[in-house]
Amino acid sequence: MSTLENATNDPIIVCEDVHKWFDDFHVLKGVTTSFRKGERAVICGPSGSGKSTFIRTLNRLEEHQRGKIVVDGIELTNDLRNIDLIRREVGMVFQQFNLFPHLTNLQNITLGPIRVRKMPKSEAESVALALLERVDIADQAEKYPAEISGGQQQRVAIARALAMEPKIMLFDEPTSALDPEMITEVLDVMRELAHSGMTMLVVTHEMGFAREVADRVLFFDEGLIVEEAAPAEFFDNPQHERTKLFISQTLQH
Amino acid sequence: MAESEFTQEIRPPKNTIGVLPWIKENLFSSWYNTLLTVIALGILFFLLKGVFTWAFTEAKWEVIPANLQLFAIGAYPIAEVWRVWIVLYTVCALIGLSGGIWGGLTLRFAVGIGGCGIVCAFLSMGISTLGWAIRAWVLGGVALLAALLFLGTRSVSVFPKIRRWVLVGWLLSFPWTLIMLRGFGKNAVLTTNWGGLLLTLILAAVGICFCFPLGVLLALGRRSTLPVVKWVSTAYIEIVRGVPLITILFMAQIVIPIFMSDNIRLDKVLRAMLGITLFSAAYMAENVRGGLQSIPRGQYEAAQAVGLNYPLTMLFIVLPQALRSVIPAIVGQFIALFKDTSLVTIVGLLDLLGIAKTVIANPDWLGLQAEVYIFVAAIYFVFSYSMSYVSQRIEEALGVGKI
Ligand SMILES: Nc1ncnc2c1ncn2[C@@H]1O[C@H](COP(=O)(O)OP(=O)(O)OP(=O)(O)O)[C@@H](O)[C@H]1O
Ligand SMILES: [Mg+2]
Repeated sequence: MSTLENATNDPIIVCEDVHKWFDDFHVLKGVTTSFRKGERAVICGPSGSGKSTFIRTLNRLEEHQRGKIVVDGIELTNDLRNIDLIRREVGMVFQQFNLFPHLTNLQNITLGPIRVRKMPKSEAESVALALLERVDIADQAEKYPAEISGGQQQRVAIARALAMEPKIMLFDEPTSALDPEMITEVLDVMRELAHSGMTMLVVTHEMGFAREVADRVLFFDEGLIVEEAAPAEFFDNPQHERTKLFISQTLQH
Repeated sequence: MAESEFTQEIRPPKNTIGVLPWIKENLFSSWYNTLLTVIALGILFFLLKGVFTWAFTEAKWEVIPANLQLFAIGAYPIAEVWRVWIVLYTVCALIGLSGGIWGGLTLRFAVGIGGCGIVCAFLSMGISTLGWAIRAWVLGGVALLAALLFLGTRSVSVFPKIRRWVLVGWLLSFPWTLIMLRGFGKNAVLTTNWGGLLLTLILAAVGICFCFPLGVLLALGRRSTLPVVKWVSTAYIEIVRGVPLITILFMAQIVIPIFMSDNIRLDKVLRAMLGITLFSAAYMAENVRGGLQSIPRGQYEAAQAVGLNYPLTMLFIVLPQALRSVIPAIVGQFIALFKDTSLVTIVGLLDLLGIAKTVIANPDWLGLQAEVYIFVAAIYFVFSYSMSYVSQRIEEALGVGKI
């Protein structure tokens, strides 16, 4: 049974009528929702429905063209200072890991703290080592990303995001590029993170993870949130036809 | 036991073979390969025989040692030559220190330079009276290099900031070199007297060190989202690439002075430097841009997500990867620049090639074009190949962790 024990009532992300076009292509068609501090939300939906685009607008990797997004009290506008502030608050984990191949795993993690947070190198390194310990790959610190497995790379990527001490973590299909035996090790790390009280927005097709960890599941289709509910409700008693279809298709696999 | 046999590590098979089997396999594997080998060897033999007979019996190599001073420094007055030595010593000191501090490739480079110095000291010097003085100067330089190398290795732990200071030293070495070589007052050596290898190296060093950062900036500018920056960079690159270097050198000599007021006279050598740098920067920009395009979008996004702003993203994420992938093209550009400095003869500067021409024109050395040009070509080759060699080593050293 998932619980709301983490989540408080203070919203940390508020989206009002968010629209986004790629040229003429309307990708987000008015998304309105909010996420509370400590909430763990899973976002799912068919391919091309705008899930990635949506969470990428939350740290301004994509720019929304209409509507309003407020993250931790700061509105996302073209003001570069606001964008910098928000990116310090929001960590992100990508499907393709996107580690920096020319830096060691340790340097991948310490770069942000040293250059952005102006942390002394020795301190940043001890923080990074502690994080690598936490994601269970302390022994890979001096290796380069190309020298470790995909699952290990994704855990380094999680550690890299955590090193900036974000208040919110965004995950865009963090396990989709991984072989099955590596998915578990990444999900374990995310589960642990969820229990630590981190606010997490996770785009994923891992329904088991959603059921177990999420406070809320949001279903995207064609640029809109079609349905949102607690996981038990969502999976056992979906309201919309499209949701039903999606769940039956996903669970078949 | 059987078990230990299984757990034994199996080494990859060695694929080295002896000399004779190699020859048999590669040169005489079939009757037509044998025929080809014999014909090729025959041609090679006659060619080499001709070259060697000429080089050892007919060629009059005296022309080289007799004009060594000209080749080295051109018309630089011999009484002021100590300035050149001071510059060389400065460079030796910096190379030694850098080798000691950074170790690795830099260290090997420093040792290589020292080795070259020792070899030079034992070569015969044509200018007999000065020969011993030159040897002493060269060995002194090597000794300085070695001493500072040692000092460098010791100083890092005591005084970590020394790295920064050495970098500043390298930067300051440019103005220092120019000021030192020219001097002030009545003993000043006007740049019109600079010549030979000295001038070639100065033009190349200044060109290389300034066209690189300029090229990087232009490449970033061309990819900028700010329209003005983008169009200015693009226009600059395309215009300069559409014009031959000779034209730019002429323009630098003739057109720039027209725009300048009479009392500011830009030095002739300085104008050549400007021309070469501005010309190469455009090509450099295109090389760098090629590297920038090879960086996937995910790298920018990851950098942004970690909170790095544009300059930091470029400095720590994009440029290190982009430049590494185009090292061969960049070094090719450097080598081209080095050889292109020979075009300054056309605007009346006597670089290594210009000096060669004056030597040939001297009635004392009539008809010795071949000797002189071969010597000059050999010098260009040694420097160009050294650059190529260093770049290969750099590529190897940076290859770690590359996907
Ligand atoms: N940079 C872009 N330029 C143009 N179109 C884009 C761009 N990025 C995404 N799109 C389009 O926007 C739509 C939504 O993309 P998005 O990546 O958000 O979908 P998604 O829900 O994450 O799908 P998936 O499950 O395949 O990742 C897709 O049709 C995609 O082709
Ligand atoms: Mg996606």
